[in-house]
Amino acid sequence: MNEESMTFEASMARLEQIVRELEKGDAPLEDAMKLFEEGTALAKICNTLLSNAEQQVVKLSKGPDGAPQEQEFTDEA
Amino acid sequence: MEQQILEVRQVNAYLKNLMDQDPMLQGLMIRGELSNYKVYPSGHHYFTLKDSESALRCVMFRSSAGRLRFRPENGMKVIASGQITVYPRDGAYQLYCNALTPEGAGDLAVAFEQLKKMLSEEGLFDESHKKALPKYPHRIAIITSSAGAAIHDMLRILKARYPLSKVLLLPVRVQGTEAPPEIVGAIRYANRFQLADLIITGRGGGSMEDLWAFNDERVARAIFDSQIPVISAVGHEPDVTISDYVADLRAATPSNAAELAVPDQNELYQEIDLFQSRMEQAIKRRLKLSRQQLDVLSSSRVLRSPGQYFADRRVAMEHLVLQLQTGIRAELRNKRSGLREYAAALDAMSPLKVLSRGYSLVLSEGAPVRSVHQLKSGDLIQLRLSDGEADAKVLERRSQTK
Repeated sequence: MNEESMTFEASMARLEQIVRELEKGDAPLEDAMKLFEEGTALAKICNTLLSNAEQQVVKLSKGPDGAPQEQEFTDEA
Repeated sequence: MEQQILEVRQVNAYLKNLMDQDPMLQGLMIRGELSNYKVYPSGHHYFTLKDSESALRCVMFRSSAGRLRFRPENGMKVIASGQITVYPRDGAYQLYCNALTPEGAGDLAVAFEQLKKMLSEEGLFDESHKKALPKYPHRIAIITSSAGAAIHDMLRILKARYPLSKVLLLPVRVQGTEAPPEIVGAIRYANRFQLADLIITGRGGGSMEDLWAFNDERVARAIFDSQIPVISAVGHEPDVTISDYVADLRAATPSNAAELAVPDQNELYQEIDLFQSRMEQAIKRRLKLSRQQLDVLSSSRVLRSPGQYFADRRVAMEHLVLQLQTGIRAELRNKRSGLREYAAALDAMSPLKVLSRGYSLVLSEGAPVRSVHQLKSGDLIQLRLSDGEADAKVLERRSQTK
């Protein structure tokens, strides 16, 4: 699978959840501070994942056993 | 000269020969309306071409019929091409048709409308079958030609918008008779091996003929059967194909497909920043609330002047102790006076008190005598009075009569 993209999706979802939780404003201060720290760390992770991303492009062909085989693909156009 | 007698087959052979040699009867194009259209299990098509006055029997052999791109229907106005000759066995002439095109609209246009109508009636285009596209596609399978502008445009846009996704190219031919089975194969292959969470299939612009693979019924059904959501991306903006109708999302062009497939990282950066600032706002509000609560507490007397607070508390406590002592004392007093009353009552009931009023107690052998029947003359008895005792003797007994 594509770990980076999955981590990104999960982090964005958690981040959104934290924002909503904090905006409710009913958590004890200590918990709120913990959420804020977690959210800030997630925002950083998301930014880093995006800015470090390098798109992988592969060409697939059917291997001798029928299973997909990845080959490098260079865009000639 | 004697008249020659001919066999039937000789006549038919003669006529066939005559007609086959007539250039007028070769390469004909005849306008007419289809009727009695029949497809035989052999694959040959038989029909009658007619106008308001005449009819012409026609046959289209399997090899030619297989090239038809629309479904001929009775009542359809067509141009039939072919040659006329005699079928010697029946002695009937007919048109050996090698091509049939709808009159007016092109055959592709008719075929398109026919397939669209059929699949629409089957429900392949229904909104209820459309699958939701993933918000963040992790793996995108692109089914198109590995050469050409379409793949180039898509890769460029995917990279610019969401480089986190991985792109898998399944190269296929997108034109010609091999194109539909290859596209179908690639869609099924992607599903079988769960290669991706999104499929984009399509090609760049071209004539209706060029785009024809995406109007193929097999391709349409493969897209419909795909468990992985499919975006169709065929040709230019105005080109609409059957694949577009059946796909989960229609993109106007391959570039547009790439835009619709993934989120834009610039917007994602903004979204993350917005989340960050919303969190900061929220935590600031939360801190402010805590500070206010602290202010309320720290302005209370116990923290502002603790000496006075405790002095007040001590006074209050002493007051309580005093109340407690008073209470206990009053309770004791109550109990004591109650006791005195009980003693007086007891005293009033004492037998000594009765004797002091002039009554005496008669005892016989130490036990009180309650009845005159316990006594007889001569018994020795004791009398107890308030201040002493005396011994006595019973002289006579008289019982009271009621």
